[in-house]
Amino acid sequence: MTNLTPPATSATTEKVKLGLQKRYSREKRFRWYGIISIVVSLFFLIVLLADITYKALPAFTHHYIQLDIDFNAEKLGISAQSTPEQLRRADYSILVNDALIKQFPNVTGRQEKRALKNIVSSNAPYRLQAMVLENPSLLGTKQAIWFLSNDDSDIYYKDGNERLKPYETQWLDTLKAEGRVDNRFNSTLFTNGDSREPEQAGILSALVGSFFTIALTLSLSFPIGLAAAIYLEEFSPKNNFWVDLIEVNINNLAAVPSIVFGLLGLAVFIQFFGVPRSTPLVGSLVLTLITLPTIIIASRAAIKSVPPSIREAALGLGASKVQTVFHHVVPLAMPGVLTGTIIGMAHALGETAPLLMIGMVAFIIDVPSNLTDPAAVLPVQIYLWADSPERAFVAKTSAAILILLVFLVCMNLLAVILRKRFERRW
Amino acid sequence: MLDATARAEGREEFSAAITHTVGKPFLEDAKFKTRDVNVFYAGAKQAIFDVDLDIGRNEVIAMIGPSGCGKSTFLRCLNRMNDTIQDAKVTGQLLLDGMDIYSKELDPVLLRARVGMVFQKPNPFPKSIYDNVAYGPRLHGLAANRSELDEIVEESLRKAGLFNEVKDRLNSPGTGLSGGQQQRLCIARTIAVSPEVILMDEPTSALDPIATATIEELIEELRQSFTICIVTHSMQQAARISQRTAYFHLGKLVEVNDTNTVFTNPSHQLTENYITGRFG
Repeated sequence: MTNLTPPATSATTEKVKLGLQKRYSREKRFRWYGIISIVVSLFFLIVLLADITYKALPAFTHHYIQLDIDFNAEKLGISAQSTPEQLRRADYSILVNDALIKQFPNVTGRQEKRALKNIVSSNAPYRLQAMVLENPSLLGTKQAIWFLSNDDSDIYYKDGNERLKPYETQWLDTLKAEGRVDNRFNSTLFTNGDSREPEQAGILSALVGSFFTIALTLSLSFPIGLAAAIYLEEFSPKNNFWVDLIEVNINNLAAVPSIVFGLLGLAVFIQFFGVPRSTPLVGSLVLTLITLPTIIIASRAAIKSVPPSIREAALGLGASKVQTVFHHVVPLAMPGVLTGTIIGMAHALGETAPLLMIGMVAFIIDVPSNLTDPAAVLPVQIYLWADSPERAFVAKTSAAILILLVFLVCMNLLAVILRKRFERRW
Repeated sequence: MLDATARAEGREEFSAAITHTVGKPFLEDAKFKTRDVNVFYAGAKQAIFDVDLDIGRNEVIAMIGPSGCGKSTFLRCLNRMNDTIQDAKVTGQLLLDGMDIYSKELDPVLLRARVGMVFQKPNPFPKSIYDNVAYGPRLHGLAANRSELDEIVEESLRKAGLFNEVKDRLNSPGTGLSGGQQQRLCIARTIAVSPEVILMDEPTSALDPIATATIEELIEELRQSFTICIVTHSMQQAARISQRTAYFHLGKLVEVNDTNTVFTNPSHQLTENYITGRFG
């Protein structure tokens, strides 16, 4: 037998040793590059999230002001026997004003009186109207009722408001000292649609609008995208001019600026087909066009990565082409298809520009109840609020961003769970 | 010793010399009859030239030859697997029990239920062992109920010599088995459809010698009920398991004869060169 161990000090060993040092340091350096880039991106992400969360937190609570309302039927010109129509017509702002004057009897002068009225939100009379309509026996009684404070008052309580006059801050301080101010969870944010008054503005219509839009986009683009990918990958003739042309065009479409799709949607869906504008229906039609290339490209890659041996095995057993595809290829490709779909959906959820083109930037107060109701979507709502001059909208904007992120995380979580269920790649 | 160029030239010379198949390509009562089979791939490249070959009932026929000689292509003609390759064209007559398998009326699905195939690389589905074997019977509706299906699965696994090894874990993934077990699973999956012919494309080339031996024993047993065509790179394997051997060279069928005759007394110079290891 020959001795297989080389001589201890061969020239090769020396050279390899010299190179080794270099190789190790290079590997080490590369690892550090990786760690540094991860740390940097994490840092920015955390800063961003912390900033948004910090700015958004004030929007999740709101100060309420308690006033003693005297449901004086005479002043309202109605009685418990009045018809609902009469009850509705009465001027309930008198009650709010009276309560405020009673609270601060020393207020004189028109300007100050108007300022006093604005301590509570402008919807206070409507609240009283609703209460009386629901229960007319309230008339003639005295009740202590909590009212939504005006946005300026709320900001003053939260962190001071230099826009308020000294006498205004004095009233607010007095109310607080009397225990008539309470900081509560701001449910309005989740139960109202948009409003010109920041304290009455909520995200619900945008949330529902986004939900409708995304749900319809998903149910349109997933089947169409998957079917297109299956056809192109499994059934279309290879090296065919038309197929290649389609392929090139799909890849190009993925790179077209989304606003162009918005213009297309405006011209085709709204002007030509007469789809009602500013609705989840037309929004999702446009978003389907935008997400289709992403879904098709990702699905094709996933289908292509299924090993051909699986196809051969099924065909060899006598499965038809369609059976092979649907029994084996598609289930195996599903995790990849879902990944592509979720990327597309996340893209669609955050898309703003094309929706501006099709009128989804409109000021929508009502919560949409079906696909053809005018609706806002979350990113557009963020855009609208960021554009509003009132200071209270700053926190609302951040809160809307947070809600959008939560929506996104929920969607991704669902996709991950679905993918795990399909991922049986033993 | 010949150098590489000279050897290549020698090949050219020999291949030009193949005018007809020597040996005994024809049989009295053949399962498969193929006449004038030509296969063309895209770009008018011809892979198989005028092959005439009969495959007998319950025999193991081994197809040997150097790489690229067309033996796998020929095998894949027998269950129309070449249909899946775009632009592949098969001409000539291929008769299974007298039925033209390339006729327009014949559904390849029906053919593949009668002519099963085992591939070079074990390719179980990423499903449980049970589902792997049950896939074919379910596809063709061979079992009326669950207990019949159970029976088919058990019998197929038994015939493939795998049942005792996996009977306690029929619901565990088929891809979790060892390479040799996976290949036997694939054989079980193929025989679960009860085909008449089994085509095997180098079934042991990815396996170690022990697993190979198991498969070879299995082939010997399967011969009782099936006709088996096996493509192999190992001449020893061909000699061990087959009754007849066909030698392919550059797309042409050079020689067919009883395995013993081919290996002990080849008639054609090319066959002799190949089995004595002068090239290939």
